[in-house]
Amino acid sequence: MASNTQKSSEAKLNTLMTGPDERGHFGLYGGRFVAETLMPLILDLETAYTTAKNDPAFQAELTDLLNHYGGRPSPLYFAERLTQHFRDVAKAQGGTGGAKIYFKRDELNHTGSHKINNCLGQIQLARRMGKTRIIAETGAGQHGVAVATVCARFGLPCEIYMGATDVARQSPNVARMHMLGAKVNPVTAGAGTLKDAMNEALRDWVTNVRDTYYLIGTAAGPHPYPAMVRDFQAIIGNETRAQMLEREGRLPDTLVACIGGGSNAIGLFHPFLDDEGVAIYGVEAGGHGLDVENGHAASMNGGRPGVLHGNRTYLLQDGEGQILEGHSISAGLDYPGVGPEHSWLKDSGRVQYVSITDKEALDAFQLSAKLEGIIPALEPSHALGWVTKLAPTLPQDNLLVMNMCGRGDKDVFAVAGYLGIKL
Amino acid sequence: MTSLKETRIDRRFAALKKEGRAALVCFITAGDPDLETSSAILNGLPKAGADIIELGMPFSDPMADGPAIQASSLRALKAGHTMRKTLDMVRAFRKTDADTPIVLMGYYNPIYVYPNETFLDDAAAAGVDGLIVVDVPPEADDELCLPAIGRGLNFIRLATPTTDDKRLKTVLKNTSGFLYYVSITGITGAGSANPEDVQLQVARLKRATTLPVAVGFGVKTPEQARAIGETADGVVVGSALVRAIETSLTQDGRATGNTAGAVLSLVEGLSAALRTS
Repeated sequence: MASNTQKSSEAKLNTLMTGPDERGHFGLYGGRFVAETLMPLILDLETAYTTAKNDPAFQAELTDLLNHYGGRPSPLYFAERLTQHFRDVAKAQGGTGGAKIYFKRDELNHTGSHKINNCLGQIQLARRMGKTRIIAETGAGQHGVAVATVCARFGLPCEIYMGATDVARQSPNVARMHMLGAKVNPVTAGAGTLKDAMNEALRDWVTNVRDTYYLIGTAAGPHPYPAMVRDFQAIIGNETRAQMLEREGRLPDTLVACIGGGSNAIGLFHPFLDDEGVAIYGVEAGGHGLDVENGHAASMNGGRPGVLHGNRTYLLQDGEGQILEGHSISAGLDYPGVGPEHSWLKDSGRVQYVSITDKEALDAFQLSAKLEGIIPALEPSHALGWVTKLAPTLPQDNLLVMNMCGRGDKDVFAVAGYLGIKL
Repeated sequence: MTSLKETRIDRRFAALKKEGRAALVCFITAGDPDLETSSAILNGLPKAGADIIELGMPFSDPMADGPAIQASSLRALKAGHTMRKTLDMVRAFRKTDADTPIVLMGYYNPIYVYPNETFLDDAAAAGVDGLIVVDVPPEADDELCLPAIGRGLNFIRLATPTTDDKRLKTVLKNTSGFLYYVSITGITGAGSANPEDVQLQVARLKRATTLPVAVGFGVKTPEQARAIGETADGVVVGSALVRAIETSLTQDGRATGNTAGAVLSLVEGLSAALRTS
């Protein structure tokens, strides 16, 4: 108890929103752990980003793109039937609860997920820096599609690294990237998933560092990426704040978002970190269950701090510091690391990180489709899996916002397969 | 900075300077393809002509390395290699060779989880002379580089074609033993740099430091080694040696009677090239 009291008084004294420090650290986490070849570029990028961030012309151009090309603001939707469902569940258990559920509809953005928010920001930065070639990694392909999209829009050549396993399980997105003019490079190293794609993108970058911009898709990697991607995604939380104030006249009580690298989550969470009354939950991919060795992708619940891909953060690793592949039904969540700000928020206790298994996510996927007519991506299905557990335990006046960060078009064939639906 | 006493690496470069030739720096991955074969290669390297040995610490995600060294790392890990086994190899080597410097090279995470202070103690006690940790930049000197220097270990940094004069000062600040010039922007084992460019770059680096400069990345043949040895104080060969291991293996990846010999004869050829220039 004593330590809890101390923790909350520290939180009052120090805002949680000013990180990272000038070396890119969020407490122990973050930093710039990259090969020397990349260091000068990373330092240039930091300077360019700081300048752009403070340039009203940059911000105005970005806002215009987000609104008219990206389709923002995304609606804050009251999920009435789900709310009723959770109240029925609570009642059946003898309770009177059932939080009021809102979805932040970032799945309605152009390209179908929150990824476009970050890509529009970074492509503007790449152009300002005079870079003529864009590379990126992708897991589920949502980021790859968003990168291919902004590259098409601005006429820049683009190469996407994607694990061969993910190429197979997310084929609709691979087709989209091709149609948008991107070159998709399947990566066969390792298990052929997101971590291997990121290794290969880093190898490309180190080779073509002079003309190439690496458009990282999540709030991870060397400083300034975690802070920069968070800033571009914070529009999710800023809109949510304004929309909820307008709609309910007060802030939400509960926020829930899924965590792979954690960009949609930090985007929703960050503007609320100093609002102590807001309970915040990040939902990791529990795969086959946290007790199954290498059978999940819950870096924070089932991993330890380490250094990979430019930052120190929680990682899935063995006792020798060798990185594990992880597993999740969702290609967007099976990454063995997580953004460093989340690691810091976990240790500080400000955000609670929980996990949802493949099966629980599949159940939530169907619940959303049947009750709300919204087919979610498998990634936010994990967030909804946690809402399914949490909402019936909360009072009816609890305002809960879940980030519906991506739509499920890319997943329908895979899910049909899991559910044994004959097409 | 913390001052270091003269190290085995310093003594070796000083001796070679008197001989008037460049050092042959040989990289192999510890435990590749198995502990026994890798130890045989390591122990045979000085006689074959290696002046300094870089012993790779295998890592699951070697993101600055090309296919040859990636594969060697995975072979070692598949054979059950661990950091303690790497240090055991060095300890055994030191029983018969008190003079040839060994530099451990690799990535940060396996060191970080060891953890750092214990690793540095164990490495120094095993007879390691220096460290090259690819993903720990000078900005993080306080966590690994300075504690290493405190234990008498050289912390060797990489300079690259993107390292401008301003950045070079930062890179050199706590570097000792030698400066490793990565002659291309790229991963290990990729294309080779043009010798005239290397000459210009080495001259630039030598204006900024009195440390010996070793040049690596893309050096494959005795001819290339000789050309680079004319301007640099050391020539690093890695992927070519690791590739020689790979091509000597059986189809299912096991060592053959020829594995150690294939590597060591390649080293003999490289060494001869540096001695006849």
